[in-house]
Amino acid sequence: MAKILLEEMAKKPAPWLSGNGPDSAVVLSSRIRLARNISDFPFPPSASSDIRERIIDLMQSAFSRIQNLKKGTFFRSGDIDNLHQMFLAERHLISPQFMIDGGGRGLFIDDKEKISIMLNEEDHIRLQVLSSGMSLHECWDLANKVDDEIGRILQFDYDEEFGFLTACPTNVGTGLRASLLIHLPGLVLTREIDNVINRISKVGLMVRGFYGEGTDVLGNLFQIANQTTLGRTEDEVIDSLTKISAQIIEYERGAQETLMKDAPEQIEDKVWRSYGILMHARVLTSNEVMNLLSALRLGLSLSLIDKFDFRTLNELLIITQPAHLQKYVGREMDTTERDMVRADLIRQRLADFKQA
Amino acid sequence: MLCQDCNQNESTVHLTQIINNKKLMLNLCKDCAEKRGFHSPFEHMPFPLAELVTGMVGTVKGSSASKGTKRAPKVRRCPACGMSFEDFGKTGRLGCGGCYDAFRNEMAELLRKVHGSPKHRGKGSMEPSELMKPVKEERRLRDELKKAVADEDFEKAANIRDQIRALPEAE
Repeated sequence: MAKILLEEMAKKPAPWLSGNGPDSAVVLSSRIRLARNISDFPFPPSASSDIRERIIDLMQSAFSRIQNLKKGTFFRSGDIDNLHQMFLAERHLISPQFMIDGGGRGLFIDDKEKISIMLNEEDHIRLQVLSSGMSLHECWDLANKVDDEIGRILQFDYDEEFGFLTACPTNVGTGLRASLLIHLPGLVLTREIDNVINRISKVGLMVRGFYGEGTDVLGNLFQIANQTTLGRTEDEVIDSLTKISAQIIEYERGAQETLMKDAPEQIEDKVWRSYGILMHARVLTSNEVMNLLSALRLGLSLSLIDKFDFRTLNELLIITQPAHLQKYVGREMDTTERDMVRADLIRQRLADFKQA
Repeated sequence: MLCQDCNQNESTVHLTQIINNKKLMLNLCKDCAEKRGFHSPFEHMPFPLAELVTGMVGTVKGSSASKGTKRAPKVRRCPACGMSFEDFGKTGRLGCGGCYDAFRNEMAELLRKVHGSPKHRGKGSMEPSELMKPVKEERRLRDELKKAVADEDFEKAANIRDQIRALPEAE
Protein backbone atom coordinates (compact mmCIF):
# COMPACT_ATOMS: atom_id res chain seq x y z
CA MET A 1 0.00 0.00 0.00
CA ALA A 2 2.70 2.43 1.04
CA LYS A 3 4.79 1.60 -2.04
CA ILE A 4 1.80 2.02 -4.34
CA LEU A 5 1.10 5.51 -3.12
CA LEU A 6 4.71 6.56 -3.65
CA GLU A 7 4.69 5.18 -7.19
CA GLU A 8 1.46 7.04 -7.92
CA MET A 9 2.86 10.25 -6.47
CA ALA A 10 6.00 9.98 -8.61
CA LYS A 11 3.87 10.00 -11.75
CA LYS A 12 2.17 13.26 -10.89
CA PRO A 13 3.57 16.65 -9.98
CA ALA A 14 3.03 17.76 -6.38
CA PRO A 15 -0.48 19.31 -6.31
CA TRP A 16 0.63 22.24 -4.15
CA LEU A 17 2.79 23.35 -7.08
CA SER A 18 -0.13 23.73 -9.45
CA GLY A 19 0.65 27.42 -9.78
CA ASN A 20 -3.06 28.19 -9.44
CA GLY A 21 -3.40 30.00 -6.14
CA PRO A 22 -3.63 33.76 -5.68
CA ASP A 23 -0.39 35.68 -6.39
CA SER A 24 1.27 32.48 -7.56
CA ALA A 25 3.67 34.44 -9.76
CA VAL A 26 5.49 35.46 -6.57
CA VAL A 27 4.19 33.10 -3.88
CA LEU A 28 4.89 29.48 -4.79
CA SER A 29 3.24 27.88 -1.81
CA SER A 30 1.64 28.42 1.59
CA ARG A 31 2.08 26.15 4.54
CA ILE A 32 0.56 25.82 8.00
CA ARG A 33 2.17 23.59 10.59
CA LEU A 34 0.76 22.71 14.00
CA ALA A 35 2.79 21.00 16.75
CA ARG A 36 0.83 18.88 19.25
CA ASN A 37 1.61 16.30 21.91
CA ILE A 38 -0.56 13.65 23.52
CA SER A 39 -0.79 14.07 27.27
CA ASP A 40 0.66 11.48 29.65
CA PHE A 41 3.38 10.45 27.20
CA PRO A 42 6.96 11.78 27.21
CA PHE A 43 7.85 13.97 24.20
CA PRO A 44 9.48 11.95 21.40
CA PRO A 45 13.09 13.00 22.13
CA SER A 46 12.69 11.44 25.61
CA ALA A 47 10.42 8.53 24.68
CA SER A 48 11.56 4.92 24.56
CA SER A 49 10.98 3.01 21.34
CA ASP A 50 8.16 1.08 23.04
CA ILE A 51 6.34 4.28 23.88
CA ARG A 52 6.93 5.68 20.41
CA GLU A 53 5.35 2.57 18.92
CA ARG A 54 2.38 2.89 21.26
CA ILE A 55 1.89 6.48 20.24
CA ILE A 56 1.92 5.51 16.56
CA ASP A 57 -0.65 2.73 17.24
CA LEU A 58 -2.88 5.15 19.12
CA MET A 59 -2.64 7.70 16.35
CA GLN A 60 -3.35 5.17 13.62
CA SER A 61 -6.61 4.18 15.32
CA ALA A 62 -7.50 7.81 15.89
CA PHE A 63 -6.82 8.85 12.29
CA SER A 64 -8.97 6.03 10.93
CA ARG A 65 -11.93 7.69 12.66
CA ILE A 66 -11.36 11.12 11.17
CA GLN A 67 -13.25 12.19 8.09
CA ASN A 68 -10.51 14.38 6.63
CA LEU A 69 -7.95 11.62 7.06
CA LYS A 70 -9.93 8.78 5.52
CA LYS A 71 -8.27 8.97 2.12
CA GLY A 72 -4.55 8.64 2.41
CA THR A 73 -1.72 6.41 3.47
CA PHE A 74 -0.17 5.65 6.82
CA PHE A 75 3.54 4.83 6.86
CA ARG A 76 5.78 3.57 9.60
CA SER A 77 9.56 3.76 9.85
CA GLY A 78 10.87 0.92 7.74
CA ASP A 79 8.16 1.35 5.11
CA ILE A 80 10.21 4.02 3.41
CA ASP A 81 13.81 3.70 2.21
CA ASN A 82 16.32 6.54 1.97
CA LEU A 83 15.54 7.47 -1.60
CA HIS A 84 11.83 7.77 -0.85
CA GLN A 85 12.49 9.82 2.25
CA MET A 86 14.42 12.27 0.09
CA PHE A 87 11.62 12.13 -2.44
CA LEU A 88 9.04 13.08 0.20
CA ALA A 89 11.30 15.81 1.61
CA GLU A 90 11.72 17.30 -1.88
CA ARG A 91 7.93 17.39 -2.10
CA HIS A 92 7.85 19.20 1.27
CA LEU A 93 5.75 16.43 2.82
CA ILE A 94 8.29 15.63 5.53
CA SER A 95 11.16 17.56 7.05
CA PRO A 96 14.52 16.46 5.64
CA GLN A 97 15.69 15.11 8.97
CA PHE A 98 12.52 13.06 9.54
CA MET A 99 12.96 9.28 9.81
CA ILE A 100 16.69 9.47 9.34
CA ASP A 101 17.56 8.80 12.95
CA GLY A 102 16.11 5.36 13.37
CA GLY A 103 12.64 3.97 13.87
CA GLY A 104 9.65 4.81 15.98
CA ARG A 105 8.21 7.29 13.54
CA GLY A 106 5.01 7.41 11.59
CA LEU A 107 3.68 9.44 8.73
CA PHE A 108 0.29 10.09 7.23
CA ILE A 109 -0.13 11.66 3.79
CA ASP A 110 -3.56 12.31 2.37
CA ASP A 111 -4.16 11.38 -1.25
CA LYS A 112 -4.24 14.99 -2.38
CA GLU A 113 -0.82 15.66 -0.81
CA LYS A 114 -2.38 18.56 1.03
CA ILE A 115 -2.24 17.16 4.54
CA SER A 116 0.77 15.44 5.97
CA ILE A 117 1.20 14.40 9.58
CA MET A 118 4.60 13.46 10.96
CA LEU A 119 4.45 11.36 14.11
CA ASN A 120 7.22 11.36 16.68
CA GLU A 121 9.32 13.92 14.94
CA GLU A 122 10.23 16.47 17.62
CA ASP A 123 6.63 16.41 18.82
CA HIS A 124 4.13 13.56 18.77
CA ILE A 125 2.17 15.30 16.04
CA ARG A 126 3.36 17.70 13.37
CA LEU A 127 0.33 18.43 11.26
CA GLN A 128 1.02 20.25 8.01
CA VAL A 129 -1.28 21.64 5.36
CA LEU A 130 0.28 22.76 2.09
CA SER A 131 -1.30 24.65 -0.74
CA SER A 132 -0.38 26.46 -3.93
CA GLY A 133 -0.03 30.25 -4.06
CA MET A 134 -0.99 32.71 -1.35
CA SER A 135 -3.53 30.65 0.58
CA LEU A 136 -2.66 30.73 4.28
CA HIS A 137 -6.24 31.18 5.47
CA GLU A 138 -7.40 28.20 3.45
CA CYS A 139 -4.54 26.09 4.86
CA TRP A 140 -5.35 27.22 8.39
CA ASP A 141 -9.05 26.38 8.03
CA LEU A 142 -8.23 22.81 7.08
CA ALA A 143 -5.44 22.40 9.64
CA ASN A 144 -7.73 23.79 12.35
CA LYS A 145 -10.48 21.34 11.42
CA VAL A 146 -8.18 18.31 11.43
CA ASP A 147 -6.60 19.49 14.68
CA ASP A 148 -10.06 19.70 16.29
CA GLU A 149 -10.91 16.25 15.01
CA ILE A 150 -7.77 14.74 16.50
CA GLY A 151 -8.30 16.75 19.68
CA ARG A 152 -11.75 15.26 20.12
CA ILE A 153 -10.26 11.80 20.20
CA LEU A 154 -6.94 12.29 21.94
CA GLN A 155 -6.14 14.55 24.90
CA PHE A 156 -3.44 17.05 23.92
CA ASP A 157 -0.84 18.40 26.31
CA TYR A 158 -2.33 21.78 27.06
CA ASP A 159 -1.77 24.39 29.74
CA GLU A 160 -4.11 27.31 30.46
CA GLU A 161 -1.17 29.70 30.71
CA PHE A 162 1.24 28.36 28.07
CA GLY A 163 -1.19 26.81 25.58
CA PHE A 164 -0.20 23.70 23.63
CA LEU A 165 2.98 22.23 25.07
CA THR A 166 5.84 21.25 22.79
CA ALA A 167 9.26 19.65 23.19
CA CYS A 168 10.99 22.87 22.15
CA PRO A 169 9.80 26.06 23.88
CA THR A 170 10.02 27.94 20.57
CA ASN A 171 6.81 26.20 19.44
CA VAL A 172 4.78 26.43 22.62
CA GLY A 173 1.41 28.23 22.64
CA THR A 174 -0.34 27.91 19.31
CA GLY A 175 2.26 25.45 18.00
CA LEU A 176 1.64 27.27 14.74
CA ARG A 177 4.19 27.99 12.08
CA ALA A 178 2.76 29.70 9.01
CA SER A 179 5.13 30.08 6.10
CA LEU A 180 5.31 31.18 2.51
CA LEU A 181 7.77 30.20 -0.19
CA ILE A 182 8.29 33.33 -2.24
CA HIS A 183 10.32 34.28 -5.28
CA LEU A 184 11.98 37.70 -5.15
CA PRO A 185 14.30 38.14 -8.13
CA GLY A 186 13.55 41.84 -8.54
CA LEU A 187 14.52 42.65 -4.97
CA VAL A 188 17.72 40.62 -5.28
CA LEU A 189 18.71 42.20 -8.60
CA THR A 190 18.03 45.73 -7.32
CA ARG A 191 19.87 44.85 -4.09
CA GLU A 192 16.87 45.88 -2.03
CA ILE A 193 16.57 42.47 -0.45
CA ASP A 194 18.69 43.11 2.67
CA ASN A 195 16.66 46.17 3.38
CA VAL A 196 13.39 44.26 3.05
CA ILE A 197 14.64 41.35 5.18
CA ASN A 198 15.67 43.77 7.88
CA ARG A 199 12.25 45.36 7.94
CA ILE A 200 10.46 42.01 7.97
CA SER A 201 12.50 40.75 10.89
CA LYS A 202 11.48 43.77 12.96
CA VAL A 203 7.85 42.72 12.85
CA GLY A 204 8.23 39.25 14.33
CA LEU A 205 8.80 37.29 11.16
CA MET A 206 11.80 35.29 10.13
CA VAL A 207 13.27 34.99 6.69
CA ARG A 208 15.22 32.05 5.52
CA GLY A 209 16.91 32.60 2.26
CA PHE A 210 19.86 31.57 0.21
CA TYR A 211 21.53 34.15 -1.87
CA GLY A 212 24.98 35.15 -2.92
CA GLU A 213 26.60 38.54 -2.86
CA GLY A 214 24.62 40.48 -5.41
CA THR A 215 23.97 37.36 -7.45
CA ASP A 216 21.09 34.97 -7.50
CA VAL A 217 22.86 31.87 -6.24
CA LEU A 218 19.89 29.72 -5.33
CA GLY A 219 16.87 30.65 -7.31
CA ASN A 220 15.95 33.81 -5.37
CA LEU A 221 13.61 31.77 -3.24
CA PHE A 222 12.86 32.81 0.32
CA GLN A 223 10.77 31.42 3.09
CA ILE A 224 8.95 33.82 5.34
CA ALA A 225 7.42 32.53 8.56
CA ASN A 226 6.19 33.74 11.92
CA GLN A 227 8.89 33.64 14.54
CA THR A 228 6.90 33.36 17.74
CA THR A 229 4.02 31.15 18.80
CA LEU A 230 2.97 32.64 22.13
CA GLY A 231 0.96 35.77 22.90
CA ARG A 232 -0.92 36.11 19.63
CA THR A 233 -3.92 34.23 18.30
CA GLU A 234 -3.64 32.06 15.20
CA ASP A 235 -5.69 34.55 13.19
CA GLU A 236 -3.50 37.45 14.26
CA VAL A 237 -0.37 35.55 13.21
CA ILE A 238 -1.81 34.60 9.83
CA ASP A 239 -3.29 38.06 9.19
CA SER A 240 0.00 39.71 9.94
CA LEU A 241 1.97 37.32 7.70
CA THR A 242 -0.60 37.82 4.94
CA LYS A 243 -0.46 41.60 5.23
CA ILE A 244 3.31 41.78 5.28
CA SER A 245 3.70 39.39 2.39
CA ALA A 246 1.29 41.55 0.39
CA GLN A 247 3.67 44.43 1.02
CA ILE A 248 6.64 42.32 -0.02
CA ILE A 249 4.83 41.38 -3.23
CA GLU A 250 4.28 45.11 -3.84
CA TYR A 251 7.99 45.82 -3.30
CA GLU A 252 8.89 42.96 -5.61
CA ARG A 253 6.59 44.28 -8.36
CA GLY A 254 8.06 47.75 -7.85
CA ALA A 255 11.58 46.37 -8.17
CA GLN A 256 10.64 44.52 -11.35
CA GLU A 257 9.19 47.71 -12.82
CA THR A 258 12.37 49.57 -11.97
CA LEU A 259 14.42 46.90 -13.69
CA MET A 260 12.28 47.09 -16.79
CA LYS A 261 12.59 50.87 -16.82
CA ASP A 262 16.35 51.00 -16.24
CA ALA A 263 17.62 47.93 -18.08
CA PRO A 264 14.93 46.30 -20.20
CA GLU A 265 17.40 44.87 -22.74
CA GLN A 266 19.52 43.24 -20.05
CA ILE A 267 16.51 41.68 -18.35
CA GLU A 268 15.10 40.42 -21.60
CA ASP A 269 18.49 39.02 -22.53
CA LYS A 270 18.81 37.31 -19.15
CA VAL A 271 15.44 35.63 -19.59
CA TRP A 272 16.01 34.42 -23.15
CA ARG A 273 19.61 33.44 -22.46
CA SER A 274 18.39 31.29 -19.56
CA TYR A 275 15.75 29.74 -21.78
CA GLY A 276 18.41 29.02 -24.39
CA ILE A 277 20.61 27.24 -21.87
CA LEU A 278 17.73 25.16 -20.47
CA MET A 279 16.58 24.24 -23.97
CA HIS A 280 19.99 23.19 -25.22
CA ALA A 281 22.39 22.35 -22.41
CA ARG A 282 23.48 18.73 -22.00
CA VAL A 283 24.75 18.94 -18.40
CA LEU A 284 22.94 20.95 -15.72
CA THR A 285 23.61 21.06 -11.98
CA SER A 286 20.77 21.50 -9.54
CA ASN A 287 21.93 24.97 -8.47
CA GLU A 288 22.32 26.20 -12.03
CA VAL A 289 18.79 25.02 -12.80
CA MET A 290 17.40 26.88 -9.79
CA ASN A 291 18.94 30.11 -11.04
CA LEU A 292 17.87 29.63 -14.63
CA LEU A 293 14.31 28.77 -13.59
CA SER A 294 14.29 31.93 -11.50
CA ALA A 295 15.10 33.96 -14.60
CA LEU A 296 12.31 32.22 -16.54
CA ARG A 297 9.87 32.92 -13.75
CA LEU A 298 10.86 36.58 -13.83
CA GLY A 299 10.42 36.59 -17.59
CA LEU A 300 6.95 35.07 -17.28
CA SER A 301 5.85 37.58 -14.60
CA LEU A 302 6.98 40.40 -16.89
CA SER A 303 5.32 38.79 -19.96
CA LEU A 304 8.65 38.75 -21.76
CA ILE A 305 8.23 35.11 -22.71
CA ASP A 306 5.29 32.75 -23.15
CA LYS A 307 6.92 29.40 -23.87
CA PHE A 308 5.78 27.82 -20.59
CA ASP A 309 3.56 28.55 -17.59
CA PHE A 310 4.10 28.81 -13.84
CA ARG A 311 2.99 25.26 -13.36
CA THR A 312 5.75 24.00 -15.66
CA LEU A 313 8.35 26.04 -13.80
CA ASN A 314 7.13 24.82 -10.39
CA GLU A 315 7.19 21.23 -11.59
CA LEU A 316 10.69 21.57 -12.98
CA LEU A 317 11.86 22.97 -9.66
CA ILE A 318 10.78 19.75 -7.92
CA ILE A 319 11.31 17.04 -10.52
CA THR A 320 14.89 18.12 -11.16
CA GLN A 321 15.80 17.48 -7.51
CA PRO A 322 18.02 14.40 -6.96
CA ALA A 323 15.50 11.92 -5.55
CA HIS A 324 12.83 12.84 -8.09
CA LEU A 325 15.31 12.38 -10.93
CA GLN A 326 16.23 8.95 -9.60
CA LYS A 327 12.56 7.99 -9.27
CA TYR A 328 12.02 9.21 -12.82
CA VAL A 329 14.80 7.05 -14.21
CA GLY A 330 14.02 4.21 -11.83
CA ARG A 331 17.46 3.66 -10.38
CA GLU A 332 20.19 5.32 -8.34
CA MET A 333 22.55 7.65 -10.17
CA ASP A 334 25.69 9.57 -9.25
CA THR A 335 25.89 13.36 -9.56
CA THR A 336 27.45 13.33 -13.02
CA GLU A 337 24.75 11.13 -14.45
CA ARG A 338 22.03 13.11 -12.67
CA ASP A 339 23.29 16.34 -14.25
CA MET A 340 22.90 14.79 -17.70
CA VAL A 341 19.48 13.27 -17.02
CA ARG A 342 18.37 16.58 -15.52
CA ALA A 343 19.31 18.44 -18.71
CA ASP A 344 17.46 15.85 -20.84
CA LEU A 345 14.34 16.02 -18.70
CA ILE A 346 14.20 19.81 -18.75
CA ARG A 347 14.70 19.96 -22.50
CA GLN A 348 11.92 17.47 -22.99
CA ARG A 349 9.46 19.22 -20.66
CA LEU A 350 10.04 22.65 -22.16
CA ALA A 351 9.73 21.26 -25.69
CA ASP A 352 6.51 19.42 -24.74
CA PHE A 353 4.96 22.64 -23.55
CA LYS A 354 5.79 24.37 -26.81
CA GLN A 355 3.83 21.73 -28.70
CA ALA A 356 0.87 21.98 -26.39
CA MET B 1 35.72 36.17 1.59
CA LEU B 2 37.00 32.74 2.61
CA CYS B 3 34.67 29.94 3.63
CA GLN B 4 34.26 30.07 7.40
CA ASP B 5 34.25 26.29 7.74
CA CYS B 6 37.36 25.24 5.83
CA ASN B 7 39.12 28.63 5.59
CA GLN B 8 40.50 27.54 2.23
CA ASN B 9 38.06 28.08 -0.57
CA GLU B 10 36.34 31.28 -1.57
CA SER B 11 32.83 31.36 -0.09
CA THR B 12 30.08 31.23 -2.66
CA VAL B 13 27.09 30.35 -0.50
CA HIS B 14 25.86 33.06 1.79
CA LEU B 15 23.16 32.32 4.25
CA THR B 16 21.34 34.82 6.33
CA GLN B 17 18.78 34.30 9.01
CA ILE B 18 17.31 36.84 11.31
CA ILE B 19 15.93 35.84 14.64
CA ASN B 20 14.78 38.29 17.28
CA ASN B 21 16.45 41.08 15.36
CA LYS B 22 19.81 39.33 15.44
CA LYS B 23 21.29 38.73 12.04
CA LEU B 24 23.22 35.50 11.69
CA MET B 25 25.40 34.98 8.66
CA LEU B 26 27.17 31.99 7.23
CA ASN B 27 29.65 32.28 4.40
CA LEU B 28 30.60 28.92 3.00
CA CYS B 29 32.19 27.35 -0.05
CA LYS B 30 30.02 24.98 -2.07
CA ASP B 31 31.53 21.83 -0.56
CA CYS B 32 31.19 22.95 3.06
CA ALA B 33 27.65 24.17 2.42
CA GLU B 34 26.76 20.74 1.08
CA LYS B 35 28.44 19.14 4.09
CA ARG B 36 26.10 21.14 6.26
CA GLY B 37 23.24 19.90 4.16
CA PHE B 38 22.32 23.11 2.35
CA HIS B 39 21.46 21.87 -1.10
CA SER B 40 18.37 23.82 -1.79
CA PRO B 41 15.92 26.14 -0.13
CA PHE B 42 13.86 23.09 0.73
CA GLU B 43 16.46 21.96 3.24
CA HIS B 44 16.10 22.53 6.92
CA MET B 45 16.78 25.75 8.74
CA PRO B 46 20.46 26.59 8.98
CA PHE B 47 20.13 28.11 12.44
CA PRO B 48 17.74 26.15 14.60
CA LEU B 49 15.90 28.34 17.06
CA ALA B 50 16.62 25.66 19.62
CA GLU B 51 20.27 26.68 19.68
CA LEU B 52 19.23 30.12 20.77
CA VAL B 53 17.06 28.62 23.46
CA THR B 54 19.88 26.61 24.98
CA GLY B 55 21.82 29.84 25.10
CA MET B 56 18.98 31.54 26.97
CA VAL B 57 18.43 28.82 29.52
CA GLY B 58 21.65 29.83 31.23
CA THR B 59 20.45 33.36 31.71
CA VAL B 60 17.14 32.20 33.14
CA LYS B 61 18.78 29.84 35.56
CA GLY B 62 21.07 32.60 36.83
CA SER B 63 18.22 34.99 37.50
CA SER B 64 16.03 32.45 39.24
CA ALA B 65 18.93 31.41 41.46
CA SER B 66 19.73 35.01 42.33
CA LYS B 67 16.10 35.67 43.17
CA GLY B 68 17.32 33.59 45.71
CA THR B 69 16.89 30.37 47.27
CA LYS B 70 19.26 28.81 49.59
CA ARG B 71 17.67 25.48 48.98
CA ALA B 72 18.62 25.76 45.31
CA PRO B 73 21.55 23.30 45.32
CA LYS B 74 19.14 20.42 45.32
CA VAL B 75 18.44 19.48 41.72
CA ARG B 76 14.76 19.83 41.01
CA ARG B 77 13.32 17.29 38.64
CA CYS B 78 10.06 16.98 36.75
CA PRO B 79 8.03 14.46 38.76
CA ALA B 80 6.57 12.97 35.58
CA CYS B 81 9.69 12.28 33.52
CA GLY B 82 12.64 13.06 35.80
CA MET B 83 14.19 15.79 33.65
CA SER B 84 16.04 18.58 35.47
CA PHE B 85 16.17 22.17 34.27
CA GLU B 86 19.91 21.69 33.67
CA ASP B 87 19.22 18.69 31.40
CA PHE B 88 16.85 20.90 29.46
CA GLY B 89 19.56 23.56 29.18
CA LYS B 90 21.82 21.09 27.41
CA THR B 91 19.38 19.93 24.76
CA GLY B 92 16.85 22.74 24.52
CA ARG B 93 14.12 20.06 24.55
CA LEU B 94 11.79 19.35 27.46
CA GLY B 95 10.98 15.79 28.51
CA CYS B 96 7.21 15.93 28.72
CA GLY B 97 4.23 18.22 29.23
CA GLY B 98 4.73 17.95 32.98
CA CYS B 99 8.09 19.76 32.73
CA TYR B 100 6.28 23.03 31.98
CA ASP B 101 4.45 22.74 35.27
CA ALA B 102 7.50 21.54 37.21
CA PHE B 103 9.55 24.55 36.06
CA ARG B 104 6.66 26.96 35.68
CA ASN B 105 8.45 30.12 36.86
CA GLU B 106 11.59 29.47 34.85
CA MET B 107 9.57 28.57 31.77
CA ALA B 108 7.42 31.70 32.07
CA GLU B 109 10.56 33.81 32.10
CA LEU B 110 12.19 31.91 29.25
CA LEU B 111 9.02 32.05 27.15
CA ARG B 112 8.75 35.79 27.71
CA LYS B 113 12.30 36.15 26.35
CA VAL B 114 11.71 33.88 23.37
CA HIS B 115 8.22 35.04 22.38
CA GLY B 116 7.87 38.44 24.01
CA SER B 117 4.87 37.16 25.94
CA PRO B 118 4.31 34.37 28.44
CA LYS B 119 0.57 34.02 27.90
CA HIS B 120 -1.24 31.85 25.36
CA ARG B 121 -3.99 33.64 23.45
CA GLY B 122 -4.69 31.10 20.72
CA LYS B 123 -7.28 28.38 20.48
CA GLY B 124 -8.07 26.17 23.42
CA SER B 125 -7.84 22.44 23.75
CA MET B 126 -10.76 20.19 22.86
CA GLU B 127 -12.37 17.97 25.42
CA PRO B 128 -11.89 14.47 24.08
CA SER B 129 -14.62 13.34 26.43
CA GLU B 130 -16.57 10.28 25.38
CA LEU B 131 -15.02 10.07 21.99
CA MET B 132 -11.66 8.87 23.20
CA LYS B 133 -13.33 5.76 24.53
CA PRO B 134 -13.73 3.97 21.19
CA VAL B 135 -10.00 4.38 20.53
CA LYS B 136 -9.04 2.99 23.88
CA GLU B 137 -11.65 0.29 23.54
CA GLU B 138 -10.39 -0.66 20.12
CA ARG B 139 -6.85 -1.03 21.42
CA ARG B 140 -8.08 -3.22 24.26
CA LEU B 141 -10.13 -5.37 21.91
CA ARG B 142 -7.27 -5.71 19.45
CA ASP B 143 -5.02 -6.97 22.24
CA GLU B 144 -7.72 -9.45 23.20
CA LEU B 145 -8.09 -10.47 19.58
CA LYS B 146 -4.37 -11.15 19.28
CA LYS B 147 -4.56 -13.30 22.39
CA ALA B 148 -7.60 -15.19 21.16
CA VAL B 149 -5.89 -15.91 17.84
CA ALA B 150 -2.73 -17.02 19.65
CA ASP B 151 -4.87 -19.35 21.79
CA GLU B 152 -6.57 -20.56 18.61
CA ASP B 153 -9.92 -19.66 20.14
CA PHE B 154 -11.38 -18.63 16.80
CA GLU B 155 -14.94 -18.36 17.92
CA LYS B 156 -13.89 -15.80 20.49
CA ALA B 157 -11.71 -14.05 17.91
CA ALA B 158 -14.63 -13.73 15.49
CA ASN B 159 -16.74 -12.38 18.30
CA ILE B 160 -14.13 -9.74 19.17
CA ARG B 161 -13.77 -8.78 15.53
CA ASP B 162 -17.50 -8.10 15.39
CA GLN B 163 -17.22 -5.94 18.48
CA ILE B 164 -14.42 -3.93 16.86
CA ARG B 165 -16.51 -3.42 13.74
CA ALA B 166 -19.42 -2.27 15.82
CA LEU B 167 -17.42 0.53 17.48
CA PRO B 168 -18.79 3.97 16.69
CA GLU B 169 -16.80 6.26 14.41
CA ALA B 170 -15.89 9.75 15.49
CA GLU B 171 -17.90 12.40 13.66
